[in-house]
Amino acid sequence: MTTPRYKRFLLAVLAWAIALIIFFPILWMALTGFKTEAAAIADPSFVFSPTLESYVAVHARADYLKFALNSVVVAFGSTLLALLIAIPSAYSMAFLPTPRTKGTLLWMLSTKMLPPVGVLMPIYLLFRDTGLLDTLTGLIIVYTLMNLPIVVWMLYTFFKDLPRDILEAGRMDGASTLQEVRHLLLPLTLPGIASTGLLAVILSWNESFWSLNLTSSDAAPLTAYIASFSSPEGLFWAKLSAASTMAIAPILVFGWLTQKQMVRGLTFGAVK
Amino acid sequence: MPGSCPGSPLPTIAVNLMNKTRAYGRTVGGLRSLSLQAPAVTLLLLWMLVPLGMTLWFSFQRYNLLMPGMTGFAGLENYEYLLTDPALWSAMGVTLLLVGWVLFITVVGGTLLAVLFQQDFLGRGVARVLAISPFFVMPTVSALVWKNMMMHPANGVLAWLANLFGLPAVDWFSSLPLTSIVIIVAWQWLPFALLILLTAIQSLDDDQVEAARMDGAGPIAVFFFITLPHLKRAISVVIMIEMIFLLTIFAEIFVTTSGGPGLATTNLAYLIYIQALLDFDVGTASAGGVIAIILANIVAIFLVRLVAKNLES
Amino acid sequence: MRLHHTLPVVGAMTFASLSASAETITVATVNNNDMVIMQSLTDAFEKAHPDITLDWVVLEENVLRQRMTTDIATNGGQFDVMTIGTYEVPIWAERDWLVPLNDLPEEYQVDDLLTSVRDGLSQDGTLHALPFYGESSMMYYRKDLFEQAGIEVPKQPTWEEVRDWAGQLHRPGEETYGICLRGKPGWGENMALVSTMVNTFGGRWFDMEWNPQLDSKAWQEAVSFYVDLLNEYGPPGASSNGFNENLALFSRGNCAMWVDATSAAGKLYGADESQVADKLGFASAPIAETPKGSHWLWSWALAIPASSDSKAAAKEFITWATSQEYVELVGEQKGWTSVPPGTRESTYANENYQQAAPFADFVLEAMKSADPTDSTLEPSPYTGVQFVGIPEFQSIGTQVGQMVAAALTGERTVEQALQAAQRSTERTVQRAGYLD
Repeated sequence: MTTPRYKRFLLAVLAWAIALIIFFPILWMALTGFKTEAAAIADPSFVFSPTLESYVAVHARADYLKFALNSVVVAFGSTLLALLIAIPSAYSMAFLPTPRTKGTLLWMLSTKMLPPVGVLMPIYLLFRDTGLLDTLTGLIIVYTLMNLPIVVWMLYTFFKDLPRDILEAGRMDGASTLQEVRHLLLPLTLPGIASTGLLAVILSWNESFWSLNLTSSDAAPLTAYIASFSSPEGLFWAKLSAASTMAIAPILVFGWLTQKQMVRGLTFGAVK
Repeated sequence: MPGSCPGSPLPTIAVNLMNKTRAYGRTVGGLRSLSLQAPAVTLLLLWMLVPLGMTLWFSFQRYNLLMPGMTGFAGLENYEYLLTDPALWSAMGVTLLLVGWVLFITVVGGTLLAVLFQQDFLGRGVARVLAISPFFVMPTVSALVWKNMMMHPANGVLAWLANLFGLPAVDWFSSLPLTSIVIIVAWQWLPFALLILLTAIQSLDDDQVEAARMDGAGPIAVFFFITLPHLKRAISVVIMIEMIFLLTIFAEIFVTTSGGPGLATTNLAYLIYIQALLDFDVGTASAGGVIAIILANIVAIFLVRLVAKNLES
Repeated sequence: MRLHHTLPVVGAMTFASLSASAETITVATVNNNDMVIMQSLTDAFEKAHPDITLDWVVLEENVLRQRMTTDIATNGGQFDVMTIGTYEVPIWAERDWLVPLNDLPEEYQVDDLLTSVRDGLSQDGTLHALPFYGESSMMYYRKDLFEQAGIEVPKQPTWEEVRDWAGQLHRPGEETYGICLRGKPGWGENMALVSTMVNTFGGRWFDMEWNPQLDSKAWQEAVSFYVDLLNEYGPPGASSNGFNENLALFSRGNCAMWVDATSAAGKLYGADESQVADKLGFASAPIAETPKGSHWLWSWALAIPASSDSKAAAKEFITWATSQEYVELVGEQKGWTSVPPGTRESTYANENYQQAAPFADFVLEAMKSADPTDSTLEPSPYTGVQFVGIPEFQSIGTQVGQMVAAALTGERTVEQALQAAQRSTERTVQRAGYLD
């Protein structure tokens, strides 16, 4: 393509400007975390002498590592479990469709549209009676089920796009279903499975309703950590920013590192 | 049996059964399909049916956490109470407006940005990463950042900018409450749309575009006649996934406006929250939950099917 | 320990402290400054009580309240100590959700607690929670600005005077606003202030038959006054300002006047974050028709849920955190303006506190004169100055608060807002069976 130089330059400027505007709130939050409380509410400025006092104050109040570790365990645990359950299900929907498959799929997705607060009490009572309140196991179960519809649906789209003849060939060679899944399906759709998993990790990490209402201390993840810093008394902008930055940093870096993988996976299935 | 390992998610018996029956051809599909789908479907059924059953049960009961003595069958009282609440209809309106506007902004914005970020320019990789970052931020944090650091009428960056140009600062959450929520939510979901649409646009055949150019098509014609049709499926995916999440938006409203001023930003999820966690009226909240499920299914039938058709091609 | 909640806990746990191994108790509290100080003194407590370990759950007020209510009402047993207010204590105590605290140790000096606060935390004469800090409301003003303008503030101003002064001192160009008041919707936010205004304008929430009075003349006058005052002489974005936001505004010197909790005084006088410490004046909360109910009474208190399985250890902790000894510990370690105010006579008798806190006597007087049982001009069937002591009030107050906020932002007129508020309140009390 032969776009004139100045046009390409303008495009680059435009694209960069938009990217920076979109990213600005995150950048601003990260910067504010390094300001003093007084500087944090003064007129916006990029020039300030950075201080770690907010991080020190935040650290003195809550054990970040405990919360972060809970987030990691819950996000990855639930994602793994959801994939384990969803792969066979998506497989059968894609390769052995029945007249009810479409309906089942839509029904699964529609379960996601119920506001969680509507079923809080039933779940709370169930968890109380099964001893799952404030346990990582309980949270993993909830997140697995929460993400299952999306995970099944995404895997379904990936599997469905796989050329049939490859699987047929495998079957001719006498491969069992399990061999078929393990040696043909999984390697071929690994990028798709990976990006589905990444999405599930992000969704679990950021979920804030169940995590706040079903945990108290032992299993509390980073969303609860944030809830102990939001709207407290006095000047709190810098401390809130420091805490928020710490809460999103792991998943942000994780997202940055895996975004290429995510895009590569997505090109296989649903959005090709 | 070859290939079955102990850690397998499939029950051995089921796999065995499948192997034996494979020879019978088409009818086997149903059986295999059933046993493979079983774990996910059963779990989801439990996840849906147990709480759903309890919700249904509670919705016909007089059950308020703060009134331990007041229990018993309530008949349709809870539904009647909720359906005669003027707030319900306003909440449905707010829900639809919120979903509609955010979908509109993210799909249109996402498509345009995808085209832009597909161009070759210096530092494209980094710019892309920056632009998709908001998707990784927890909703509570993004709401807090927008409320305290961007839209705050005194210390916010937007107020400061307005001041710079000699304009009066906008008091976002009181004068434009729903708009503010839409901005915050769209900021979170625009990157998602961008990510998906960018992926899709990358698979667009360059030759096709080139050929169109040869035939004298301008960039706008190329966009409307080649790019956009190519993106149809991806757009459907964006709409479907976003809709699922947007219908139950809660954290952003809870953190910023608490549903107000008045009822200006009370959506259905928030209305149910008021019943469940301010009134602690489990009966009415459950009735609200049931109404929400019915609505979700109506939406599922109409919109998702419409979208699903696109996904088939 | 959480797994055992299904066991009959009530009798079995009384002797829990006899066991030798360290017991962990989970303390749920708000992220207010005084509680953060309490959390930072964990070591001091654990050193004195080696057999008890503290596990903190610190959350913002709204989240905490919903979390605790869910847990206590379902008998979830997630917490051993809960931080609750004057509003919840009698309601929860009546449902036997809280452990009665009748046999407090001698050295706790239960008679040292302020009578009004103690009454608020008692049910049938028995304490069900121990006060951590207490507050009334009062008016803060900037002495320097008032002197410049040549205004003398009497000990007891009226709302009319306040409006006059606000007009004279309102200079939005210099980011100094005439008055800062709570505008953020919520029963504990804007409605705390608005209820006191309604009281002093001669109104009440309910008449003796539990008919809501929100469409009465007094409500109309009070809310109109509030809306006009704040719109004309208030800071931008007043409808999203709660206690915290106003504290930040006032301590940065953006407000000439502020009517709010007495517990802010320590923060305005002492903390390094305050820029107005040396220019601070104070007066009683303004009045209009009647002095009755013009200033509120509130306390944050520590209670033990009946579902706790570490009741003895929990009691050790709450008697420590609300003791005179604790007040002295905070005074010595964090400075005397940081001690939790409004709970004990001995705090106000303490010379160190008197010296550091010139407002001490004034606050004590306000605390003592607030009477939750007689706060309205015409008789009312409820207790509470700035709230109505019924379980439904949390949602009533929040929804009415939303309507008042809508009137403040101009989304509705005051009349429309109050009519909508009246209707929704009628619906709620009717459903709860107060009305026929």
